[in-house]
Amino acid sequence: MREKHFVYMDHAATTFTKPEVAESMLPFLRENFGNPSSLYSIGREGKEAIETAREQLAKALGVKPGEIYFTSGGTESDNWAVKGTAFSRRKKGKHIITTPIEHHAVLYPCEYLESQGFDVTYLPVDRYGLVDPAEVEAAIREDTVLISVMYANNEIGTIEPIQEIGEIAKEHDVLFHTDAVQIIGTVPLDMKQKHKDVDMLSLSSHKFYGPKGIGVLYLREGTEIDNYMHGGGQERGKRAGTENVAGIVGMGKAIELATSNIEKHNDKIRKMRDRLLSGVLEIPSCRLNGHPEKRLPGNLNFSFEYIEGESLLLMLDQMGVCSSTGSACTSGSLGTSHVLKAIGLPPEIAQGSLRLTLGDANSEEDIDYVLDVLSETVGKLRNMSPFYKPATACEK
Amino acid sequence: MYNKKVMDHFMNPRNVGEIEDADGIGEAGNPHGDQMKIFLKIRDDRIEDVKFKTFGCAAAIASSSMATELIKGKTLKEAWELTNEAVAEALEGLPPGKLECSVVSREAIHRAINEYRKKQGLEALEEQT
Repeated sequence: MREKHFVYMDHAATTFTKPEVAESMLPFLRENFGNPSSLYSIGREGKEAIETAREQLAKALGVKPGEIYFTSGGTESDNWAVKGTAFSRRKKGKHIITTPIEHHAVLYPCEYLESQGFDVTYLPVDRYGLVDPAEVEAAIREDTVLISVMYANNEIGTIEPIQEIGEIAKEHDVLFHTDAVQIIGTVPLDMKQKHKDVDMLSLSSHKFYGPKGIGVLYLREGTEIDNYMHGGGQERGKRAGTENVAGIVGMGKAIELATSNIEKHNDKIRKMRDRLLSGVLEIPSCRLNGHPEKRLPGNLNFSFEYIEGESLLLMLDQMGVCSSTGSACTSGSLGTSHVLKAIGLPPEIAQGSLRLTLGDANSEEDIDYVLDVLSETVGKLRNMSPFYKPATACEK
Repeated sequence: MYNKKVMDHFMNPRNVGEIEDADGIGEAGNPHGDQMKIFLKIRDDRIEDVKFKTFGCAAAIASSSMATELIKGKTLKEAWELTNEAVAEALEGLPPGKLECSVVSREAIHRAINEYRKKQGLEALEEQT
């Protein structure tokens, strides 16, 4: 009987908080409890701490500290960028361009804006989830005020041509936002050169080993959008609310750690991921979703025919493996993720999908264990399935 | 999300398989949803043996397993009258939103029984909604 191991392969959902990060936060949960807006000692210390973190964030992106705004996370940053741009420019136009594979934190604000009289174009994506910059250009109109395309997709890992899209947006004088939540610590950001045409960028701390509940919206100098949060004058009047000092300090520490050795880190993760990938592809009737090369180094997304994703997930969980699926069952009917739908996966394939995202919680032993457990679990579920015939095991 | 009993029937489902010379076979499911296939061996108006195959979430698999356990050895009448509430109760409860998953097993059992009846030259029983 195999011994159960805890293996965490859901880094795209969240990451563990690194010990150095937690340590850096503690003083601000204890004696340094001051409100950064207060004029006295512990208030000023709080202010200093958040400004130091702001510099750490700015350095990681290659920007001025004044272009970094703290938010409650990626979702707030996305909401602010999308709604803030739309409302501030509605006299100029009411057209927004985005993709059908965005996170709901971009999609649902767009849907909300549609209900408020805005027009949204959802660009087609190919079977890998890639956006064609030519399609972006073709969709731009006189009244287009925003293009929002995620840097890398959280489900299938596909990395989008952000530079090219940025160039096109710039040419046509349209603001360009990217949800970069999945790429910190993976793709080095350079807002001065490589990413000079990105006007707004969303980050989320808990995706790069920082605490939950804190994120950033990068706003290029000169980019004026409506506030999302009105109230006290924090964040130079652009984002009200007493600052989450501990969270900000933690996020600053986290981004420093995440951007310190990106290439070496990517190599390590990619090596483990690729070994897992080749092992899984030995399982018959399974396919990889998303682009094979233009892909986050830790991301894997498979579809296993003849079985259902939620049951696969739960069985893996019973064996200690934490993963994610694009299939969701409620009331006997199976929904599939909007991303898998957008790349054209038929429902019966999409329903058997499994996402494994590797990161710093993983080791080579994890790969061996997951390969073992996964092939056994897929086999067990296939034996139970009315669709599976053992003879099809020879087909690939 | 799921209680211990459901997890047991999910991880160790009873009666998985097929019966080659089944007396009645029934399939039921929602398009793009849970699918179940049931095989019955019937003797003297009782269910002598039952096997199932299911595609679906943990609730669907556990419900199928429990349903087959509940009808084994019962008369066809008793098997016909099995409700999905009874299955859910035997499982000590299913989470909200998952109760529908147990309906598929009832439909599949009905269809298997009706296939048997047809073979015997009997009229099919009415499915109650």
